[in-house]
Amino acid sequence: MGLKQNLHKLKEKYKGTKMAPAFNALHTFLYTPNETTHSGSHVRSADDLKRTMNTVIMALIPCLIFGIFNAGYQHYAAIDNTLRLDPLGNFFTWDNFILGAWTVLPLVIVSYGVGLGVEFIFAIIKKHEVEEGYLVTGMLVPLIVPIDIPLWMLAVAVIFGVIIGKEVFGGTGMNILNPALTIRAFLFFAYPTWMSGDKVWVHGAQAMAGQPDAISGETILGTLAANTHPAYSLWDMFWGFIPGSVGETSTFLIIIGGLFLIFTKIGSWRIMLSAVVGALVMGLIFNGVVDQGWIEDGSKFYGLMSEPFWHHLIIGSAAFAIVYMATDPVTASQTNKGKWIYGFLIGFMGIMIRVFNPAYPEGFMLSILLLNVFAPTIDHYVIQGNIKKRMKRIKVKTA
Amino acid sequence: MALLSKKDSRLILDPLADNNPITIQVLGICSALAITAQLKASIVMALSVMVVLAVGNVVISLLRNVIPGKIRIIAQLIIVAALVIIVDQVLKAFAYELSKQLSVFIGLIITNCIIMGRFEAFALANKPWRSFLDGIGNAAGYGLILIIVGFFRELLGSGTLLGFKVLGDPIAKTGLYALGYENNGFMLLSPMALIVIGIIIWVQRSRNKELIEEN
Repeated sequence: MGLKQNLHKLKEKYKGTKMAPAFNALHTFLYTPNETTHSGSHVRSADDLKRTMNTVIMALIPCLIFGIFNAGYQHYAAIDNTLRLDPLGNFFTWDNFILGAWTVLPLVIVSYGVGLGVEFIFAIIKKHEVEEGYLVTGMLVPLIVPIDIPLWMLAVAVIFGVIIGKEVFGGTGMNILNPALTIRAFLFFAYPTWMSGDKVWVHGAQAMAGQPDAISGETILGTLAANTHPAYSLWDMFWGFIPGSVGETSTFLIIIGGLFLIFTKIGSWRIMLSAVVGALVMGLIFNGVVDQGWIEDGSKFYGLMSEPFWHHLIIGSAAFAIVYMATDPVTASQTNKGKWIYGFLIGFMGIMIRVFNPAYPEGFMLSILLLNVFAPTIDHYVIQGNIKKRMKRIKVKTA
Repeated sequence: MALLSKKDSRLILDPLADNNPITIQVLGICSALAITAQLKASIVMALSVMVVLAVGNVVISLLRNVIPGKIRIIAQLIIVAALVIIVDQVLKAFAYELSKQLSVFIGLIITNCIIMGRFEAFALANKPWRSFLDGIGNAAGYGLILIIVGFFRELLGSGTLLGFKVLGDPIAKTGLYALGYENNGFMLLSPMALIVIGIIIWVQRSRNKELIEEN
């Protein structure tokens, strides 16, 4: 008897009991359920919520694998600076992989274990089916936190994010805020010393602080905010051989993932494109301000403002946020026109917050959360505008 | 309760639970968000509001047949203002540090919706003794939420309770801190107070389904 039969038996056995949703979820997660809907008309499509989620996870896998190697690479390169002379040659090594896996996989396990645990508990209490909503969130979370974040902090944040960010609004599909970003925002405001600064982005930097061989792992944004020039070449930033949150350093792989999402029609190209345009426009405005000489080079904003506008897309989390966070179908605008506005404002405000908040140069988390809140309002006005336009058309015809 | 009739005791007990000024009527939220980072401040704030509300309710109730309807709001404001200034001065005289910490929020008791709400809704139409009980009850309901929020915010945000280091010393790394525990800075920010109140509202309404509002 196969696993499927066993699971089915278990499901039948627990039907109607408290634990029914748990077994049901396990069964449908691994196999297509063998019941079909009995009444009404239905569109038969393979494109269910589970497949949508799995596609996003597939798009994230390259980032995760790269993040694993990068975690090891940053650690060894911080100890032995000569490794940086040949990033590609020293990147895909077993040493990097083993250290990276040792530090990154626990983050993934905690994220999934705790998050799905909370989902299961809620499903059992509220007597509904376990929702797939956490599958993507659980993969996003480890990719957007610093490598050395203590696991219990991550667990606390995940519990908070899933309950306050999602369950109180009614679960998957009803949430206003992106749960992964809620988790990151919670971590950032609750434990700022673990989420920013130059000691958290490279494994081991915190433990070695103050010792003679201390590691400094400043991110590019941190360096620029301090008005100094980063030590990494543009290509390093593009390929991702730089310190940063686990999975968001490689712009190249994020572009690949983004193209994959657009190709499979899971992610909205409108949001991605308009967010990129928004970021570029804001970058151009800042460049213009610098060119006009309205800001002195001693100013604390100078470093970030004078950075060529298109660099903003390959440093920090801009690319990752635009491709994987802004396009979350639940929290984004639903109307096509709304998506353009929503995306543009995310890019625009993301860069603005990044530049004007030197204490926390990464603005995309905040700009997306802010726009998540405004997305329904944008949709409302787009729809009202449409209704008005059509009403006018009717009036013209009847008049 | 032999001391109070059943009707009177409801005046005190109702606001503590099913008619709580903060979680049910959603009044007085501002101060609940602003000063609950420390348990001590919450307690002092709760006591101050209790004094103002109880005494104010009695005064208004005594004057209820004298105050002309048209200018009653102004009359109420003068009475609250006088009481609040007395409380403020007493705090400044006997608990200066604390009054500095509560800063403008003692003065802002004047604008606390609960106070004007009780004056309007209860004291203007009831006898002094019942008004007094109503004041005590509502202030207690308000204070209860403040103290719960203050308890969690101070415990999780600073690791202390009333200034005592109950979770150990974060700098010397004793107690829980030796295990790697850290204070949750988010708890000290006002948004977290809103979330804590939200959780209280959630728990209360899921325990008593009758409180859930229709949309």
